[in-house]
Amino acid sequence: MYQYDKFDQSIVDARVEEFRDQVKRRLAGEITEDQFKPLRLMNGLYLQLHAYMLRVAIPYGTMDSRQMRMLAHIARKYDRDYGHFTTRQNIQYNWIKLDETPDLLAELATVEMHAIQTSGNCIRNISSDQYAGAAADEVADPRPWAELLRQWSSFHPEFSYLPRKFKIAVIASDEDRAAMRLHDIGIQLVERDGQLGAKFFVGGGMGRTPMIAPEIRDFVPAEDLLSYTEACLRVYNRYGRRDNMYKARIKILVHEIGAAEYKRQVEEEFTHVKTLGIDPPAAELERISAFFAPPAFASGLRNEVDRSDPDFAVWLDQNVKPHKQPGYAIVNISLKPIGGIPGDASSTQIDVMADLAERYSFDELRVNHAQNIVLPHVASRDLYAVWQALDAAELASANLDLISDIIACPGLDYCSLANARSIPVAQKIATRFASLERQRDLGELKLKISGCINACGHHHAGHIGILGVDKKGVENYQLTLGGSGAEDVSIGKITGPGFDEDGIVDAVEKAIEKYRALRNHGERFVDTYRRVGMEPFKEAIYG
Amino acid sequence: MKLLTGNDLPSGDVVWWTGSSWSRQIADAVDAGDAPEQLAMAEEAARRVNAPYVVDAETSPTGPLPLHIKDRVRAAGPSVRTDLGINPAIPLVKS
Repeated sequence: MYQYDKFDQSIVDARVEEFRDQVKRRLAGEITEDQFKPLRLMNGLYLQLHAYMLRVAIPYGTMDSRQMRMLAHIARKYDRDYGHFTTRQNIQYNWIKLDETPDLLAELATVEMHAIQTSGNCIRNISSDQYAGAAADEVADPRPWAELLRQWSSFHPEFSYLPRKFKIAVIASDEDRAAMRLHDIGIQLVERDGQLGAKFFVGGGMGRTPMIAPEIRDFVPAEDLLSYTEACLRVYNRYGRRDNMYKARIKILVHEIGAAEYKRQVEEEFTHVKTLGIDPPAAELERISAFFAPPAFASGLRNEVDRSDPDFAVWLDQNVKPHKQPGYAIVNISLKPIGGIPGDASSTQIDVMADLAERYSFDELRVNHAQNIVLPHVASRDLYAVWQALDAAELASANLDLISDIIACPGLDYCSLANARSIPVAQKIATRFASLERQRDLGELKLKISGCINACGHHHAGHIGILGVDKKGVENYQLTLGGSGAEDVSIGKITGPGFDEDGIVDAVEKAIEKYRALRNHGERFVDTYRRVGMEPFKEAIYG
Repeated sequence: MKLLTGNDLPSGDVVWWTGSSWSRQIADAVDAGDAPEQLAMAEEAARRVNAPYVVDAETSPTGPLPLHIKDRVRAAGPSVRTDLGINPAIPLVKS
């Protein structure tokens, strides 16, 4: 875990006091809402349907138990006893009071957390692989690089007023667990001839114009990573459209001038940026990397686990993944109980997860983009105890990557931008497919729901995607098939006319039954869709 | 009819214009009159409300209700957490 130095702490503390003064001036009427709005947004404070909403950054999704307990404390003290983990590895609180926000942020700062740059046209929280440091397939731990980018992008004067918001993901495996190519910049650490470097993908994103980021460069030496990223941003900052917010994301620029021309300009800029000396010296990289050194794993532990408890065995098969260290495993905690709200956790549950991390996972937790929590380093011998504790806290849903492991944005139940509710649809689908036996028969099936075209629920990347729209004041749901946010990245295609809330659940079931009828052995839903195409599914849904 | 709604500045709570002040209960809301935009500006300037705006509404046996679902959700609270809503019995679909 990275730990703030005195500079990190002082700028966060100073920002809290600055915001305290801004809030005071707003409440006193010294500044108007128009003047205050950009200031509160720079501190992650939105005004949503029912109240203020605070989005707290969890850098690259990594936390320790002390930080996780603070999130529970904030839920209890400042909110209504729960928080919502988001698709960008953040947490949102839905019932925040403006006059209490400075005190909240001050408490958050005591555990090296903040809400800075969780809104606005700046570089947002850097996202990463939730299995970083634990996955056997990574070429390096991506977190030191994500941390380097966090430090570089925090309060970066040149990139605080970009044409539009900017999202960066860093991974280090061929298996993409972070929807990397659906980011403005996707960075994949790779090795070439024994040297560490990175592939750069630029111009991806979801929203109203979903695009998969094209590869801009197949290898940037690691020592140039920051300069190259800066060059990518500079070209965007110079030529990105500021006249039309719907065309302001970097994906539009890359698309309009073409990836080759964008690359040419980046390379030209990179030649210049490289002379500026912004890449950190090796000693600084080593300093940052030291914070992410592997924990003190015990040697000689066995992977074998007593599977005699059948419920535990199912959870083990579904939610526990192999670890690079023999005798250890990666535990995925599903925040998707049947009929629950995807990504929501009560303060008690957050505390339980913090306790388990402290006791069993070298004090580490991760939040992933699928709105679940990960204990990255659990000894296999402790898995049963962890499962029992999770089960007692209603956190042992054995549905990772199954149809009920649904990503859903807050939708019209909370969000002022939404056109339709997402959560009730997720609840109805999860309930329709509540049988774990049925879910496991269907295998990996990523269903994602957004309540508006901004696509916070990643519907474009769902094997099955659902988009809520406003049809003459009535909620309506479009169905898409064939998307993926993984290494087989693709954008889903719309099946046809939309449905009402119950109709979309029926349509999903019809599509799934068609898949069952057509699938070859071992094929996932998305594999069958890609093999047979849209028509059989359309016939099943609309016929 | 037209209602005037906004948020309480310090708490962020949803509030509705009652003719003389602001209430968290939509049942207290009244028609905002012939010049609701001017009323909104005056109330915001006086810091009695934050980010006010006008919504179309209809009458119902329980009082006025917004026509658009978004404002009905604001009046009711989240449909998925009826324990937290201020008036979860409000129908989200217009009659």
